[in-house]
Amino acid sequence: MDIVRFGPELCLLIAAGLIVVADVTLPFKTARERRYVALLLALDGIVGSIAWSLALVIADERGEAFEGLMVVDDFSLFFNFLFAGVAAVIILASVDMLERSRFQSEYLALVLASTTGMMLMASTVDLIAIFAALELQAISFYVLVAFLKDGCSSEAALKYLLLGAVSTALTLYGMAYLFGLSGSTNLNEIASFVADADSGTRSALVLAAVFLAAGLGFKMAVVPFQMWVPDVYQGAPTPITAYLSVASKAAGFAVVMRIFVVALGEGAITSDWSNMFAAIAAISMTVGNVAALVQSDIKRMLGYSSIAQAGTFLIGLAAVAAEDPQLLLGTSAVVFFLGTYAFTNLGAFIAVIAISNKIASDQIADYAGVAKRSPWLAGGLAVCLISLTGIPPTAGFWGKFWVFNAAVQADLVWLALIGVLNSVISVYYYVGVVLRMYTQEPASEEAFAPSPYLGFALAAAVVGLFAVGVYPEPLLDASESAAAVFA
Amino acid sequence: MLSLVIFLPVAGAVVVALLPREHEHRAKWVAAGVSAVVLALVAFLFLDYDRDAAGFQFVDSATWIESDFSDFDLQFAVGLDGLSLPLVLLTAFLGLVAVLISWRIELRPKEYFAWLLVLETSLLGVFSALDFVLFFLFWEVELVPMYFLISVWGSGNRFYSAWKYVLYTFFGSAFMLVGILTLGFTAETFDIRELAQIQEIRDAIIPAWAIFTLIIAAFLIKLPIVPFHTWLPDAHTDAPTAVSVILAGVLLKMGGYGILRMSLSIMPDVARDASIWLAIIAAVSILYGAMMTLMQEDLKRLIAYSSVSHMGYVLLGASAIGTVGLTGASMQMLTHGLITGMLFVLVGMVYDRAHTRNISELSGLAHSMPFIAAMMVVAGLASLGLPSLAGFVSEVTVFLGTFEKHEALTIAGVIGIVFAAGYILWTIQRVFWGEADPKWESLPDATAWWERGPLLAMSLAILAIGVYPAVMMDLFESGVAPIAQRLG
Repeated sequence: MDIVRFGPELCLLIAAGLIVVADVTLPFKTARERRYVALLLALDGIVGSIAWSLALVIADERGEAFEGLMVVDDFSLFFNFLFAGVAAVIILASVDMLERSRFQSEYLALVLASTTGMMLMASTVDLIAIFAALELQAISFYVLVAFLKDGCSSEAALKYLLLGAVSTALTLYGMAYLFGLSGSTNLNEIASFVADADSGTRSALVLAAVFLAAGLGFKMAVVPFQMWVPDVYQGAPTPITAYLSVASKAAGFAVVMRIFVVALGEGAITSDWSNMFAAIAAISMTVGNVAALVQSDIKRMLGYSSIAQAGTFLIGLAAVAAEDPQLLLGTSAVVFFLGTYAFTNLGAFIAVIAISNKIASDQIADYAGVAKRSPWLAGGLAVCLISLTGIPPTAGFWGKFWVFNAAVQADLVWLALIGVLNSVISVYYYVGVVLRMYTQEPASEEAFAPSPYLGFALAAAVVGLFAVGVYPEPLLDASESAAAVFA
Repeated sequence: MLSLVIFLPVAGAVVVALLPREHEHRAKWVAAGVSAVVLALVAFLFLDYDRDAAGFQFVDSATWIESDFSDFDLQFAVGLDGLSLPLVLLTAFLGLVAVLISWRIELRPKEYFAWLLVLETSLLGVFSALDFVLFFLFWEVELVPMYFLISVWGSGNRFYSAWKYVLYTFFGSAFMLVGILTLGFTAETFDIRELAQIQEIRDAIIPAWAIFTLIIAAFLIKLPIVPFHTWLPDAHTDAPTAVSVILAGVLLKMGGYGILRMSLSIMPDVARDASIWLAIIAAVSILYGAMMTLMQEDLKRLIAYSSVSHMGYVLLGASAIGTVGLTGASMQMLTHGLITGMLFVLVGMVYDRAHTRNISELSGLAHSMPFIAAMMVVAGLASLGLPSLAGFVSEVTVFLGTFEKHEALTIAGVIGIVFAAGYILWTIQRVFWGEADPKWESLPDATAWWERGPLLAMSLAILAIGVYPAVMMDLFESGVAPIAQRLG
């Protein structure tokens, strides 16, 4: 029974293991053969995982597994699909980079391992299991960031490792506090403890909440835990940057929602941590947007912009109050926004990968005139950037709409105002890139097209973006049933 | 049927965008065809409209988004009433005019006409939307086409002007979004028809005047009022001619329409209190705009500043809070759209031929371009409010409506007319009459069908409305009557 519920993650783990084993044992004649087998295994693993999650949805299989360590509910299934889908796109986007590298199987195995870690992060309700999943995901990423093995990449990986270790320690310290106070590591049992807490315990709980927010704030990439973002985003291979910015952030938010809304959300200290998140959100949006204005490297710019977007997601969490409907409004808005952000940001990064592959530069100035050389690619990037700004009729607009709606309904109109004003600031750097592509003269007139995998992924992202922009109801329903687990 | 009309231009834009490179020159035919069809359909709706029935007609409504955790539903609801129907007709008409006068465009015609058509959809949608969020959606959609149209096909300081336009507008709509969300949460609906019926806005999370200010901020920036008008001269001057026509003719009306439909009718109590402030702002805009116009050296910039002044009349009429004032405000929107649209077309033609817009350099153009000069006289006289032309009707209605409520400010508005006469007559005299400069002797007149057609059509419309205003005014009056009734 438990194995059935653990299926999606199991598929990925088995695939990862098979990739490594096959690489060592099977006799390959060429590097191409080796790469194709590894890719095949990786994609099969992901397809199997998605199919298994789909089967769980259809069979209406919900419940706990492994004595309450893991849980299968609408929330975890939503994130299963999200992470698996994003991982598939990332693998397709890495094909070009893998051609030039020796460690192809290790790369794919690590990507699958980190995906497993992220799926577990969204599916567990036990502090120890959360920690284990966090570590699985983080350590895989430390290696992936260093993949290019040049100075920039290694420095980025070292920064990520050191800051990540500190943040993991903070998270563990907060978890230890919670365990010490409540006597249990299961989030639901902690929740009942928090509900009965007296004022003395409440101060200790706030302390635990602060430590957890600090440690997980690193994952979410919010101020003041965001220092690693620009350097790591710039130094890592671009597919990994894309993966970090979309999936790792979503996993961080999933964990924060589980811990804070379930364990710490019983009313005693909810206003304390939601105020804290409101302040962090306001500062993150502003710092992220203002810093992105002056960037000349597109990966750094997207890095700072993702800090700002993380701040916007956090508004949804800040809008959570102790009782419905604000609780459900806020969490469903965050889940919906994460969903739209996933394919919008992914689309933007895929276009960046394709363009940078050709012009061999990440500088925004070198993006001049790309529209003449590759109209479809420039169009795809333009659409994704405009969606990130929040201009209709794109998915990004609806993401911001529901988050600001949650803020307004939770009496946080000032936060909504800061949010919309930050959208105005972000127009300048997002649309600035678009302008450069369309109005400036390119260095060379040579036309180019993206590789079929990248082109397909970008097209899917753009179509999805407009589909959700015009008719967001399906995704909204999925997010609301995901958030309903917190009711 | 109305939804078809709204989305037909964007379908045309997709067709235009997918044309292969070799057939690029066909883009203008596709665009002209699509806008002509849209105009025909809107004209049909105009004739089919029942003037005696109250409420919205041609309504297409469907539930669009339901949220389990919020108390509201979002609807895709569009419809027309006496206030929006003439504005939709104006949009369709000026849309076709804009396509026609861009006939000779050389640079990337495909993208140009595609953006122009997307712009037309968003404008048709803004005036037809019956759901506040849908209204906001269409309002925002016009940003991207305008940005590209000004940046890529504009002239002069186009990048700066495009940024200024986008940032100003987006800034206003940022506030409007928060206002809309608060309003929707408080009233538990976004449907404009329901919002126009609610008895009072309870002070739920922020005071009613705060919601009013947030929402009207976007409209006042769009109108534009002094001191948020500085984007207008730059955007108008540096945009290509057709875009200036749409900008002055239709986009500014979005602001006026928003004030009438949203701010005045949904929150009448706050509007009554704010009436004096709106009137003061209007008078300042009228006078300041007129005075700035007198100082301009560039022909296009002069017309642009005159728009600031003329939109002040819209606000002045809106501040009157009575049927006559509101009718005058809406008439002024329609007539200003036609008149200033025509002025920009003419200025564009002069610039295409003489390659300068500097008034001191141009002189005696009537000798070589009699047709354009004649059209310019018609448009200019209409602009300063000569009776028997459209401008007079709307301005006199505004003054009649406002005089009872705000005497002194109305007088200030009338003084604006004197300034208007000054700058229009002086400019026409300097540019078209006077010594025939040998430099301009060989300039060709407007002879092409796509130049004469729009000009004649616009001057006919201006004359028709001037002589028989009831054809439009009755419509507007039926549209603003429920609003005026709410305001008491």
